[in-house]
Amino acid sequence: MIRSILIAVLAVGIAGISYWGYKEHEEKNALLIHAENTYQRSFHELSYHMDLLHDKIGTSLAMNSGERLSPQFVDIWRLTSQALTNVGQLPLTLLPFNKTEEFLSNIGDFTYKTAIRNLDDDPLTDDEIKALESYYKQAANIKDELRQVQYTSLENNLRWMDVELALATQDQADNTIIDGFKTVEKKVGEFAEGDEGSLLMQTSVKDHEFKYLTGERKSEQDIRDFSKKLFSIKDDQNINITKSGEGADVQTFSVSYKDGKSVYMDITQKGAHPISILVDRPINEKKLSLNDGLLAAEKYLKQFDYPNMEVFQTQQFDNEGVFSFTYKQDDVRVYPDSMVVKVALDNGDIIGLNANNYLMNHHERKIPKPKLTIEEAQKFVNGNVHIQEEHLAIIENDLGEEVLTYEFLGVLDDETFRIFINANDGIEEKVEKLTGTETNFEANL
Amino acid sequence: MNYKKISLILLFSFIMTITVPFSFSKPVQAFSPQVIQHGAVGDDVIELQARLAYIGFYHGKIDGVFGWSTYWALRNFQYEFGMDIDGIAGEKTKAKLVKATKYNEQETKAKMYKTPNQQTANKQPAKQTEKAPEQQTTAVNVPQGFSQNDIKLMANAVHGEARGEPYEGQVAVASVILNRTKSSTFPNTVSGVIFEPRAFTAVADGQIWLTPNETARRAVLDAINGWDPSGNALYYFNPETATSPWIWTRPQIKQIGKHIFCK
Repeated sequence: MIRSILIAVLAVGIAGISYWGYKEHEEKNALLIHAENTYQRSFHELSYHMDLLHDKIGTSLAMNSGERLSPQFVDIWRLTSQALTNVGQLPLTLLPFNKTEEFLSNIGDFTYKTAIRNLDDDPLTDDEIKALESYYKQAANIKDELRQVQYTSLENNLRWMDVELALATQDQADNTIIDGFKTVEKKVGEFAEGDEGSLLMQTSVKDHEFKYLTGERKSEQDIRDFSKKLFSIKDDQNINITKSGEGADVQTFSVSYKDGKSVYMDITQKGAHPISILVDRPINEKKLSLNDGLLAAEKYLKQFDYPNMEVFQTQQFDNEGVFSFTYKQDDVRVYPDSMVVKVALDNGDIIGLNANNYLMNHHERKIPKPKLTIEEAQKFVNGNVHIQEEHLAIIENDLGEEVLTYEFLGVLDDETFRIFINANDGIEEKVEKLTGTETNFEANL
Repeated sequence: MNYKKISLILLFSFIMTITVPFSFSKPVQAFSPQVIQHGAVGDDVIELQARLAYIGFYHGKIDGVFGWSTYWALRNFQYEFGMDIDGIAGEKTKAKLVKATKYNEQETKAKMYKTPNQQTANKQPAKQTEKAPEQQTTAVNVPQGFSQNDIKLMANAVHGEARGEPYEGQVAVASVILNRTKSSTFPNTVSGVIFEPRAFTAVADGQIWLTPNETARRAVLDAINGWDPSGNALYYFNPETATSPWIWTRPQIKQIGKHIFCK
């Protein structure tokens, strides 16, 4: 009797476990398929986008008027961005595929820059048409290769999960997809070598970074003394200083120090200008207002001998105040020369300085007189915007050039916009919607 | 005209007789002595918004964050009342506001924390006020162009990747994510960069879904506000565990904690 009950119980148990195991297996498969589908989608989208891209570049070569070309370039620009997204979704990180990505982003930059220009007044130059033709050829190559890989993978039912596995285990012996992508990359590479000096590469490289740094080259001991004074450190044995490596944009010392709080500073070797300072410590209950914090920040900047800095944005995050300053020259805001200071609102200590942009760009500029008066410039602003505040400002436009503009702060339907109008020709250089606040999802639960 | 005025005054005094007993039990809340300005958060801002709304200068939601709408409302108030127009609520401005308007803290806050679907349950508004955590406003400051969700996602990634690292190391990892969105060879969005397959080990092994601590969140905020201890790096790796020989060929910028940052 007991025996048969035992058998029955065990049988039920085994049945239960097998059912559970089956379910687990099913679920695992579902997940695998789901992941596989995501990869597949990106892959097929990529092939499609490349194909379309090729077609569109072809059509644009046949077009003449700016009226038609601009929207066409916008379309191409959109497609390159989508194709790049698709590439990012594929597990190709271990596979060198960056030349193809660079190619896509170069087309994107090119079409964006030409699309926002008035092509009727300023038509494509011969060099630009040549560049476009070369893109057309390269796109054809990539498209053909990709379509080939796509065909093979569809025909043979290839799985992206296998690609991932092969890439992870370094066992890349025989995988059609991997081989296909390698071929694509190689073909793009061949072209890229010939195109090294193209006009697009020049504009995307910022050659002016940190070239205005002043002062003597400092030794490690100088920096040690400087840090000791700046952070009022008594025992300088605890200060840890390292030199930056060969990949750094500018040669720096990194200073770190721990004593209840942790202090970190990047400081240039030339002239000992602090690029960034970060102090990490628990911040107690807020006792100071944001305004008190601003006063502390302004005092701090004076200490570093940064004159003519004007605050343009103040924000409170938890118990920290974050203040953005811009350099002001002859009543013109110079936005590229900006700086951020962070203040703890429990006792007013400075807990952060970010002078990267300032040190990268700052120099005394020759600022020409604006050709337009402020009233004339205002006419270039959308008539529905109620202008509340205006300044003269130097900004970096979409093409990476510094331009003198009128900055207008205006309101439209309870939203605030910052609009920059070129002070010489009235071009709308930049329009931003200012947000800065968001519903607190946590409080509204 | 006269008749209208009288009736208004009558209505006023009527309301006063109702509210005055309440205000006796709890003295009327007036601003703290602190100066309030753009970007501030908290009770003073709630009061400022409520008072500006009371006399029709502020039309937005009362949410406790001094944003652009509050700024313009305050400037218009200063203009109409013949004061210096600076958009900062200092002593004089606050005094004028208190004189010109009324403010009932309890009522305002009860309204603030009430969500639409709770409005039917009118019986227990007081209880809801208690439930809402103190000092919490219904909006928060976010860096231009970022949502709290972006920050959360990044904090998750930073926590998963670098939770044992020094603070600047965590800021640096967050910077790498942001530098990648700006680079031409990586996706253009934060989520694209984070979820790029095999880009981050924490994403691959699920550590990204650990709950991040406050430090990771602050590190992300610093990175978004422009601090970049990585020195504009696009990659980083732990020399003890790195498996790919390729990563060693990248030009190195510096080492922070266990991570080497490179171009």
